[in-house]
Amino acid sequence: MKKLEAIIQPFKLEEVKEALKALGVDGMTITEVRGHGRQKGHKEVYRGKEYTVDLLPKVKVELVVASARADEVIKTLADAARTGRIGDGKIFVYDIAEAIRIRNDDRGEAAL
Amino acid sequence: MNKLLPLLAVFASLGQAQAAAPDRIASLEAAVRSAQSAGDNAWMLTSAALVLMMTGPGLALFYGGLVRKKNVLGTMMQSFIMMALMTVLWAFVGYSLAFGEGGSFFGDFRYAFLHNVGADPNADYASTIPQLTFMVYQLMFAIITPALITGAFAERMKFSAMLLFMTLWGLGVYFPMAHMVWGKGGLLNAFLGGKIPCLDFAGGTVVHITSGVSALMCALYMGKRRGYPAEPMKPHNLALSFIGACLLWVGWFGFNAGSALSSGALASSAFVATQFGAAAAAIGWLVAEWIHNGKPSVLGGISGCVAGLVAITPASGFVKPMPALVIGLAAGLVCYAMVAVIKGKMGYDDSLDAFGIHGIGGTLGAVLTGVFATNQVNSGLKDSGGRLLPLGLVDGHAGQIVNQVIGCAISWILAIVLTLIILKICDMILGVRVEHDEEVQGLDLTMHGEEAYNLEA
Repeated sequence: MKKLEAIIQPFKLEEVKEALKALGVDGMTITEVRGHGRQKGHKEVYRGKEYTVDLLPKVKVELVVASARADEVIKTLADAARTGRIGDGKIFVYDIAEAIRIRNDDRGEAAL
Repeated sequence: MNKLLPLLAVFASLGQAQAAAPDRIASLEAAVRSAQSAGDNAWMLTSAALVLMMTGPGLALFYGGLVRKKNVLGTMMQSFIMMALMTVLWAFVGYSLAFGEGGSFFGDFRYAFLHNVGADPNADYASTIPQLTFMVYQLMFAIITPALITGAFAERMKFSAMLLFMTLWGLGVYFPMAHMVWGKGGLLNAFLGGKIPCLDFAGGTVVHITSGVSALMCALYMGKRRGYPAEPMKPHNLALSFIGACLLWVGWFGFNAGSALSSGALASSAFVATQFGAAAAAIGWLVAEWIHNGKPSVLGGISGCVAGLVAITPASGFVKPMPALVIGLAAGLVCYAMVAVIKGKMGYDDSLDAFGIHGIGGTLGAVLTGVFATNQVNSGLKDSGGRLLPLGLVDGHAGQIVNQVIGCAISWILAIVLTLIILKICDMILGVRVEHDEEVQGLDLTMHGEEAYNLEA
């Protein structure tokens, strides 16, 4: 099993959700986060005083899929989240040791 | 005989009419007075309510939106509590010290506890409205003026010390200054026997210079907020500030047009000047910002309109619409330079720019009043032969500018000296500044035990 942790633009969340749903991915966890990569934020000016806002609002999407499907899901997610401009975000991929469904103690891919 | 009867009746009624003429004229005069009083009183009560609305919610929202979210309630409370504190102080001694007929600097105690302040007009000030109306209208000015100062020490002053400070400030600065400019026999009162006739229609010196300069003293005495200017201290909600500024703009019609103390043409003139001053200043600030920073901001637009309203305040009942545009434009440009350029170089932390907007805008407006004041707008000053006296430079009276500068200087000096003394007293008795931890946690929680935004609740 692989865990995908994608940091995406907040306004891309709906498209990503729809694309993953079409692919048959059932579960995901969404968090509102702030951060920056190479984008380095923007400048705001209040009554002449400048502030550099370098932590920008982003959405973190976490989901765990069967290893066999990982590449397909990653491609779909990246395609849906892409604008082609700086600030589109990143996807990190982790190996997952075990998954347990709390309700009935299903284990492994059956728990996904 | 039958033909003569109607004729006789006509003669008889004529006789009656002649006998009753003085009575009827007197009753007509009384009816006219009563109608004028009703008209004036309606406008003045409306104006009083408009000016109160400037403090709460106007200024409270304007300032509340500009602070960080941990201080929004504390900031709003500082404005709101003036509506209660100054009201009580005004009733006890404030009105009397300001408007009782006393010396050049203070009134007396004739109206203390509102003794003899009732339905009868006070002919010295406003002969067509009950003195109660005049008293409560002037009270609203005594509320907003100290509330303006709170912008300078926002996010770091102890609530208890602020109450003591404002009480002493009312007694030491506002009531004397109001007496000097507007009170009978006051040093600067152009209309009621002042030695240095200074033109201040609605409070350029009394309200904006006193509050703005005192604000600067507070900022200098109390020092910067912890972390300023390294830490970001962005306005937490400019939408609140926007609503507040627009309420200020609307309320300002009561402030300026109400200062005619009647509902006639002078009120219309002040109303128009107010609108034009605000509009030109909003444009002036935005254009300066657009050129200087690349973007016209909402905060810039509303700050500019307030600067224009400040500057037009002393001039509003003396100038025509076109000069009002000039005064507003000048205020927008000058206050922008003060707030966005010069303040940063000076290094003091006037958190919400009470000095940059009210101190500078008020001084600019007071001086320009000496330039543009004309007796074509205000016919209040006449010589013994009943001829209109020239008012400002445009009337050919350049000396008025000197009078205006003296008025400003007195206002500045009074504000500087008294504010520093009062701050020292408050600091010795209570300590003016909150503790380090309290400042970090925010005034809402540490002073008032509340938070503004409990969105998870």
